[in-house]
Amino acid sequence: MNIQRKAVALISGGLDSMLAAKTVMDQGIHVEGINFFTGFCVEGHTHAIREKDRAKPKRNNSLWVAEQLGIKLHIVDVIEEYKNVLINPKHGYGAHLNPCLDCKIFMVNKARQWIAENGFDFIITGEVIGQRPMSQRKDTMPVVARESGADDLLLRPLCAKNLAPTLPEREGWVDREKLHDFSGRSRKPQMEMAARYGFREYSQPAGGCCFLTDKNYSAKLTDLWQAHGHKDYELDDVMLLKVGRHIRPAPHFKLIVAREEGEGRFLQGYRKEFVSMAATSHNGPLVLIDGTPSAEDLYLAAGITARYGQGRKAEQVDVKITDKDGAERTIQVKPFAKELPQEWYL
Amino acid sequence: MTREILNARRLLCPLPVIRTQNKIKEMRPGARLEVICTDPGVMQDIPAWCRIHGHTVLETRSGDHEYVIVIEVGGAV
Ligand code: SF4
Repeated sequence: MNIQRKAVALISGGLDSMLAAKTVMDQGIHVEGINFFTGFCVEGHTHAIREKDRAKPKRNNSLWVAEQLGIKLHIVDVIEEYKNVLINPKHGYGAHLNPCLDCKIFMVNKARQWIAENGFDFIITGEVIGQRPMSQRKDTMPVVARESGADDLLLRPLCAKNLAPTLPEREGWVDREKLHDFSGRSRKPQMEMAARYGFREYSQPAGGCCFLTDKNYSAKLTDLWQAHGHKDYELDDVMLLKVGRHIRPAPHFKLIVAREEGEGRFLQGYRKEFVSMAATSHNGPLVLIDGTPSAEDLYLAAGITARYGQGRKAEQVDVKITDKDGAERTIQVKPFAKELPQEWYL
Repeated sequence: MTREILNARRLLCPLPVIRTQNKIKEMRPGARLEVICTDPGVMQDIPAWCRIHGHTVLETRSGDHEYVIVIEVGGAV
């Protein structure tokens, strides 16, 4: 009797992992998806918050892909464990703060644990040799297989023919001949394959799925680490880097200025963790103050707060300062008149 | 019929889905879960997750920047 073999596919929400899963499903393998949430994934976050993005569809791409494929998707929160990957990447960072190689090793390792616990046979990823500079090079792909402990239980259907046969191929669970030999940065073969399967709509492939590959985000994260004096972080710390305008007038404090109503509402939720301020004599944004500002610093921050509100040209603006414990006081300030120094903007 | 409430306010995508998924794993088929969120993305994501996993969305409602989804747990978790 034939045993129904089962594979778990790492589903990122992009096209490659979708095609990899489909390739193996077509060979009669039972496939389920797994998606790891690191805290840095670019999904609905920002447009869930910002008012101007309300009309945009806010679907989670990995869920959408799973639904297109007709497979179950397990979303796993790895926020805590991922800290170690990001803070201490054995293989270093990519162009920005993206520790791609360590990240891949970590995720494949988690998938390996998952298949052991759930009675699955092997792991599928959408990796393609030569597609990404760090984690998908000919010499680093074996590193992922080895250091994750998955070894030859890790099948990359899109480029399998360029790699040594894995256990699922050797055992005949999948037919190596029906796997692919994609390599390099060109995405043409993937596009063609997508067209063949009738996948007309898919999220922007490559690079766009993770805030750590973003230059501006990475700069804000570097600043956060410098200000804290260590690289450890909480989810809220890194979430807040995606919201508002970040202004650091001095090393020991910064302002997070809501850019619009949706962000203001989101920042409201943090008022017990930060000193906050907002103009009361004029309309203006909610501002959180992170760090250890002195009374004088708060004065400066209030001036900046006033500058971002409708009282920016007024002689005097009332700014209410609310402490973490809810205690409130109002001060009168002259709005910061000049352009803020460029280096204050993060 | 048991009915539980999950407070997923202030959580952003995909955390409301993750919390829903983890909560439903502990529940029995036929039980109901009411998830309360503030991220509008849940109106797409939680029903999609339910469809994939065989649970039924009984009701969705929104108002005052809150989104409520009532789910009946299906047989196959
Ligand atoms: S882009 Fe982000 S999620 Fe993708 S491998 Fe690199 S660090 Fe990991």
